[in-house]
Amino acid sequence: MSTVELLPAPAPAPRRSWLHGMTRHRKAMLLSLGALLIVSVVRVFTEADDLTSSGTVSATIRVSTPILLAGLAGLWAERAGVVNIGIEGMMIVGSWLGGWAAWHWGSWAGIGCAVLGGILVGLIHAVATVRFNVDHVVSGIAINILAAGTTEYLSIIAFKGKQGGGESQSPPGKKGFGSFDMPFLTGGNIGTWKTPDILGWIENKGILLISDIAGIMKGFLSDLYLPTILALALVPFTAWLLWRTRFGLRMRSSGESPQAGESLGVNIARVRYQAMAVSGALAAFGGAYLSCVLTNTYRQGQTGGRGFIGLATTIFGNWTPFGVLRGAVLFGFPEALRLRSDEAVMALFLVGAIVLLLLSVRFFMKGRVVPGVVSLGVAALCVYTWNVVDAVPQNLVAATPYALTLIVLGAARQQLRPPAHAGMPWRPGENH
Amino acid sequence: MNKQKLQRMAVTSASSILAVFVALAICAVILLITGKDPIKAYATLFGAVTERNVQLDTLNRATPLFISAAAVAIGFKMNLFNIGVEGQMRVALLTTAVVGAAVKLPAPLHVLFCLVVAMIAGAAWSSIAAWLKVKRGVNEVISTIMLNFIALGVVAWAFDEFFRVESETESLLVKTKTLPESAWMPDIVDRRLNGMFIVALLVLLFFWILVWKTKFGFRLRASGANGGAARVTGVNPKKMIVIAMLISGALAGLVGMRSLLGDVHAYQNGLAEQQGFNGIAVALLGRNHPVGILFSGLLFGFLSAASGQLQLEDIPKEIVTIMQGIIVFAVVIINGAVKRYDEQRIQRKATAELERQHEAVAA
Repeated sequence: MSTVELLPAPAPAPRRSWLHGMTRHRKAMLLSLGALLIVSVVRVFTEADDLTSSGTVSATIRVSTPILLAGLAGLWAERAGVVNIGIEGMMIVGSWLGGWAAWHWGSWAGIGCAVLGGILVGLIHAVATVRFNVDHVVSGIAINILAAGTTEYLSIIAFKGKQGGGESQSPPGKKGFGSFDMPFLTGGNIGTWKTPDILGWIENKGILLISDIAGIMKGFLSDLYLPTILALALVPFTAWLLWRTRFGLRMRSSGESPQAGESLGVNIARVRYQAMAVSGALAAFGGAYLSCVLTNTYRQGQTGGRGFIGLATTIFGNWTPFGVLRGAVLFGFPEALRLRSDEAVMALFLVGAIVLLLLSVRFFMKGRVVPGVVSLGVAALCVYTWNVVDAVPQNLVAATPYALTLIVLGAARQQLRPPAHAGMPWRPGENH
Repeated sequence: MNKQKLQRMAVTSASSILAVFVALAICAVILLITGKDPIKAYATLFGAVTERNVQLDTLNRATPLFISAAAVAIGFKMNLFNIGVEGQMRVALLTTAVVGAAVKLPAPLHVLFCLVVAMIAGAAWSSIAAWLKVKRGVNEVISTIMLNFIALGVVAWAFDEFFRVESETESLLVKTKTLPESAWMPDIVDRRLNGMFIVALLVLLFFWILVWKTKFGFRLRASGANGGAARVTGVNPKKMIVIAMLISGALAGLVGMRSLLGDVHAYQNGLAEQQGFNGIAVALLGRNHPVGILFSGLLFGFLSAASGQLQLEDIPKEIVTIMQGIIVFAVVIINGAVKRYDEQRIQRKATAELERQHEAVAA
């Protein structure tokens, strides 16, 4: 008798839902594919081709990038335990310096100057909050007041009376960034030869799902600017830094429990100075993106509250880099869509209705009646709105990111994991 | 005891005054770097004190600052940070403009009615933040920032969609229906100083009585100073948060009333802009005390009233905004340093006392 026969036969695996046991990434892939299918169906049904056109996607990327940078600025600060309400002010400083330096020496100089200025402002916030233990919110507010006042003052000194400039506007920057396309995929050039635009060709065929994917890919791969790629690359870089390096571990300890970190020999103050320097640099880069990449002039009020949307993105993204990216795209998408066509914005209501309908089915299957009925009701409301309204007023589109963030904060707080110590007063050597 | 209190008051006022001088010094450096003469600038700025127009304008501009600072300070007193004064003010402005124009009342009653409507509207908007904080644990700083922008969008939309009236006479400026004259807040000095100034002083008085002379105020300050201890003595922290937030919002509703009832008499885009935010700076400089707010409100009002004079000397008036920002920074940093020094002093004193006792025991 061999020992093998003594072993009991393996029990039959319990029946599980087909979603169970999949890796998180597969699940996410599947979910986004499903979402894409819904959007695609709506596109074919409503003929709102801008919903997934390459033009919309590349506009979304351009609109989302400054928000993404502001969100990452918030992430860096809060992960190190500093609440940064001053992102808006740092962006204002960045946009001004960007416009000023681009006018003198060109766009790369603009971004470089903005980053240096941002580091300086970030360090001011760090000195106030770490060294002098000033309330983080108060210091942030002071930075916002100061940034607005200083740039308005300096604009009059530096730009007034100059050719193309004025009291609230810089003269146009010297050389802007050229955009480029990928060869073969989106019709970029190799030398002087213009390669065929394969993705564009598929996109124009209007096939369900396939054309949508081609359009989205083309949006990602055409009309590119180097600073945009740099900004997008910061997302995986931040993730790697936070979870795979010693510095990231120290930074997170500074945000979660500085006492514990300090007892293990981490120089919390230094970590916070470093993180705030990066936070300021990112916010200022976001500001300079507006004045050097999207346009070639600084205008007063150009940032238009994007620093605060960035703050919302940090929360919405649950203090993770990819979450921030998701939030920035989500907040940038309606704005970009609105720039292209109102019809497509309204089609979004239909997409929302379908998603809510599926959600309510899921709620009912789990026996949760109240949320099921609520999402069914909201779905009906969405369909009604789509049917009746022609265009969403711009003022309401502008308010959606903030409203969404409040809803997430109010409804899904259990899923949110803010750094435990962000914004709390702390002094070296305390509580040991 | 009284001597200690006096000492503390002296230190507080001294640090605030020091902050103002630090700001003046830094701004002088900025002026110098940008090629302007700081001495001439300050002579022009502070020389304007004697002009009657500037004096009246100072009081007029200080009016909303007093109210918004009181709205912020009442939250501060229990470590509640209401950044949403701007949004609460905006909601109250449109609501009052619409409701006030829709009713007919005799003059003094109509003004009073408008003020009450404004307070209710402001409190209603702030109640969202209060609810989120108490029921859902959402930090009020974040929620009020978000609510500011939501208020901005929703009010602009509602104004555009439902309440705007193309003006028949002047310019392209669109406004809501003009309030009947019975709802106008009368001027104290014609076209120079509005009656809301008196209301603002009453608000400061109310703030002082409420926070320092009532049981509620005692509980409020106790919750701010030591939440745990306050709870043990039977103070319900959630109830305190809700009440403080509602009062703060009600006061915030009044902030824009000088512009609405005393000046424009209708709602328009950009009406009373920034007046809610500026109150935060005034409250910080005034250390959340009515007397401090009185002085710092007058200072900020004066700075913006006199800044116009700088333009005549070819100095951008925005230097005053920089000054206000630096004042806020300086005041909080100096306060932090003073507090730290004070704690160290008390610690040293306690150590010395302990050592003395030890020696006495040993001897």
